[in-house]
Amino acid sequence: MTTKGVKFKDNVPVGDPVEMARRYYEDGADEIVFYDITASAESRKIVIDLVDRVAREIFIPLTVGGGIKSLEEMREVLLAGAEKVSINTAAVKNPRLIYEGAKAFGSQSIVLGMDVLYVGESERIPSGYEVWINGGRTPTGIDALWWAKEAERLGAGEICLNSIDADGTQQGYELRITRMISEAVSIPVVASGGAGHPEHLYEVLTTGKADAALIASMVHYGQYTIREIKQYLAQKGVKVREIW
Amino acid sequence: MVAILDYEAGNLTSVKRALDFLGFKSFITSDPEEVLRAERLIFPGVGAAGKAMEHLRQKGLDEALREFFLSGRPMLGICLGIQIIFEKSQEGPTQTLGFLKGKVVRFPEPLFDKQGERLKVPQMGWNRVRPVKAHRLFEGIDPRHEFYFVHSFYPEPEQEEIILGITEYGIEFPSAIAHGNLWAVQFHPEKSGRPGLRVLENFCRFNP
Repeated sequence: MTTKGVKFKDNVPVGDPVEMARRYYEDGADEIVFYDITASAESRKIVIDLVDRVAREIFIPLTVGGGIKSLEEMREVLLAGAEKVSINTAAVKNPRLIYEGAKAFGSQSIVLGMDVLYVGESERIPSGYEVWINGGRTPTGIDALWWAKEAERLGAGEICLNSIDADGTQQGYELRITRMISEAVSIPVVASGGAGHPEHLYEVLTTGKADAALIASMVHYGQYTIREIKQYLAQKGVKVREIW
Repeated sequence: MVAILDYEAGNLTSVKRALDFLGFKSFITSDPEEVLRAERLIFPGVGAAGKAMEHLRQKGLDEALREFFLSGRPMLGICLGIQIIFEKSQEGPTQTLGFLKGKVVRFPEPLFDKQGERLKVPQMGWNRVRPVKAHRLFEGIDPRHEFYFVHSFYPEPEQEEIILGITEYGIEFPSAIAHGNLWAVQFHPEKSGRPGLRVLENFCRFNP
């Protein structure tokens, strides 16, 4: 079941993931990301089965995240048909996992997922944004900007940056930290959390300097189609894949 | 039967899945004899050229590939597959198979697009392939279609006439080539949606 929450809470079911993936593929999504928000051993089996089913009929890159904490689990997900695995909590607890994953499967397969919360600038958190783990429940005391650079150094091939403040609000992406990180690393940064209108994507891809924008609520609830969003972006001069 | 060559250079299951979806029978193999028995061959691959060549040589697959190439049966290289068919790669540097004259080089850095925005290396994402020559590889494909790329290196063939398509990413580079029975693309057709599937289908229906 696909669910969507607000600020990482109150997740409500929004549909069957295979059906939704198929619809978004038909509608021109450039990549599809699955996050297993329950991330238990049992649910991982379900996710692997899901990836396997999706990968049989959807031929665009798939990223899978949620609770992945070993090379073995990465391999399972990749063999099931994902291009990339996204690691988050496990990477904070064991940063070597990024390095080992990149060595085993190539940097292009390793996405660092980061959940960040604005806590104000301090000596410990110079950027003002702190990394939180366990689905946004546990603060780490780690500065988000530092962690992004460190993950790149360890071999991450991409960063998926999710703002806890913005998640599910549909009020726009968190542009400041997105821009800070995107300017500081040379790997692609995918902005996540907060998209509600096509102009939010425009803002984060221009002002926020993100390489890609992740959307959930705005299409899950049928407010917009991917085609409409892309048409809007193309009109504004953003380079998008217009036919597929 | 289509053989998909496994030389420990990445995940081959997506190519297999795409062929299954299209209804073409295929199998994954790293056995030179099985390769030589196949009707057609796809050699995908991601990762470093040096390591890939090492695996190929260890298993005698470099020779099997050469024999297959000379036999005139259809073969398709994908991503790293387009790179190892030239003489040498700057990655390493590495001596590669040398079926075609030319070399493989890395994107120059810093790299900028026409608007002056800095481009990241590797190129990771969708991009167009501008056809420079009519060819069966592009049958049914609109020039506005895009394909999924993940790479830091690209081929520089000596013979310009083998270039079928050009992609722009800061610079222009050949992203699709063909030389008789040998086709090769820098992008991942198995991850490029419907146009990518069409490239695979065109290849599977191609009889030189």
